[in-house]
Amino acid sequence: MRVFVEGVGLLGPGLQGWEAARRVLAGEEPFRSASTVIGSSELLPPAERRRTPVPVKLAIAVGQEAFHGAGRDAAATATVFTSSSGEGETLHQMCETLASAEREVSPTRFHNSVHNAAAGYWSIATRSREASTSLCAYDASFTAGLLEAVTQVASWGKPVALIAYDQPYPEPLHSARPLLGSFGVALVLGPEPTRRASAMFELAVLPGDEKPSRMSDSRLEELRCGVPAARALPLLEALARSTEGNVVLDFPTETRLRISVSRC
Amino acid sequence: MQPLLISHISVVNSLGSGVEAMRRALREKRSGLVPCDFETARVDTYVGAVPALDDFRVKPDLLDYDCRNNRLAQLCLEQDGFAGKVAAAREDYGAERIGFYLGTSTSGLHATELAYRHRDPKTGALPAGYRYAETQNAYSLGEFVRRYLGLAGPGFVVSSACSSTAKAFGNAARMITAGICDAAVVGGADSLCLMTLYGFHSLGLTSPGPCRPFDADRDGISIGEGAGFALIEKADRAQSGAILLLGVGESSDAYHMSTPHPEGLGARLAMQQALDSAGLKPSDIDYINLHGTATKTNDASEDKAVFEIFGPETPCSSTKGATGHLLGAAGITEAIVSILAIESGLMPGSANTRSVDPAMKSNYLLENRQAKVTCALTNSFGFGGSNCSLVLGVAE
Repeated sequence: MRVFVEGVGLLGPGLQGWEAARRVLAGEEPFRSASTVIGSSELLPPAERRRTPVPVKLAIAVGQEAFHGAGRDAAATATVFTSSSGEGETLHQMCETLASAEREVSPTRFHNSVHNAAAGYWSIATRSREASTSLCAYDASFTAGLLEAVTQVASWGKPVALIAYDQPYPEPLHSARPLLGSFGVALVLGPEPTRRASAMFELAVLPGDEKPSRMSDSRLEELRCGVPAARALPLLEALARSTEGNVVLDFPTETRLRISVSRC
Repeated sequence: MQPLLISHISVVNSLGSGVEAMRRALREKRSGLVPCDFETARVDTYVGAVPALDDFRVKPDLLDYDCRNNRLAQLCLEQDGFAGKVAAAREDYGAERIGFYLGTSTSGLHATELAYRHRDPKTGALPAGYRYAETQNAYSLGEFVRRYLGLAGPGFVVSSACSSTAKAFGNAARMITAGICDAAVVGGADSLCLMTLYGFHSLGLTSPGPCRPFDADRDGISIGEGAGFALIEKADRAQSGAILLLGVGESSDAYHMSTPHPEGLGARLAMQQALDSAGLKPSDIDYINLHGTATKTNDASEDKAVFEIFGPETPCSSTKGATGHLLGAAGITEAIVSILAIESGLMPGSANTRSVDPAMKSNYLLENRQAKVTCALTNSFGFGGSNCSLVLGVAE
């Protein structure tokens, strides 16, 4: 299965947008870790911006950057959302309320608690009625999302956007599932080598326990291991450096996803 | 799409354990809904509970995964010889060639609810025995089922609220057709927890009595718990009379997080796409198993969408008056109801519904109807405006 990368969106610690981050990932500028800055998207109605959960804002921000780069209409594009952590802050608040005597649950918080909250807000914000799914595969959530997105492009012959995101949990959940930082990545993937396409991915699912690709920079490698969505970093590095070669992503099973990256 | 074989199924919910128990309950038009006495919940509503779960434990080597949701999943894997059928398929294809595409809305969330009641009074820490990855994380169900069945192919969990296990059929169909795997286990589980009981109540969406889909006096949902699984293979293995997955349609409402589009626009798109992908006309569908949650808005908008495509003749019903709303497990459960309709010609009448809302225009079944069903369509819609329709049929 092959797809063409038309647009990239990225937000992570010290990786503030794809345009800035690609120079870091290409080795042209040093990596300086800093808190991820997640702005409010003008896609959301002003009244919604303040109460929109942070993971949703993160997903929308990277999605928007990728569509901007691809020059595609988000309303006409199917989406695959994938996240290991989902809506952590909302989960925490709900569980606190449910552990209290009154159990006065907020209805808005409840509908924001679903794993597909980001997908729902995205669909409303972009007016997209296309298919959208929301996946989880623990540490392999990015691998799962990429496989599903590429399979959709192959099945439907239409572009699909992949949006992977993870936002650290507040305590006490953070101690049970520590995540290193906020990280979101989006890829608009198309079936044809359009003018905007910068690279081609050729995917293969292989049995075996080959080691997943790593980052040579130790701090970026720490980030890759510390946030499930950041498992995308070796693939992003290949895009930033315009190198050709294989990137290996892992599943929890002895199954690997091999992505052969080439320029186009 | 290329049709796929649904070779084996299993099901558990408040109607009973196993396909035969469910078939019998539907034939008797029995409802599994009872006044809610789940755990410490004080919500004035009815639920469809599986009492067997209270004293059930997952098998010893998977004890780390023990939580209500995975217990429910295991109970279901043990029904209808399902685990044995998957073991045979594993011998046949190889473990690494069988994928798993499962769905859940709340996963093992109840374990986290309990842990939050037992936080350290000084530090606020969760109790030492709390296991996030094996219970709370949405993928917990996926890894539990994968390990239980000894699968090694690529897989993941879909968590798109109440459309989750319907959409999993789409994932499996694409993966098998693309050659990523030769067979796949689809389905999933959703179990009772405080979050959904109090959450739906806060939205004013829970009925104080057993839910009454499409009734003029319908006043909300009854939450249920349940699980269902299906083994999907390529259709070249299908013998005459075998059940096939013929079409999948997926859409988004782009309207509201918890209210369906009033004209049923997203629902219409999903149903039309499912028909198109099956290469069928609306008149080819003999029975529709509706999402039919028994909220004012869902039933009204779904009726509009169904009438728009199918007109006033096609028999349709919701089985949520029998099972309750199984949330993430609704899709697989109602796919199984549709399979039973095809196998036994039973179009189930709507349990608990007294009289159909006169505003409804589609052909809603109050009583069971016995007739030949060759093709059935089933709808699952969820929060976030996530819609999925499946078309099921039979091999010639």
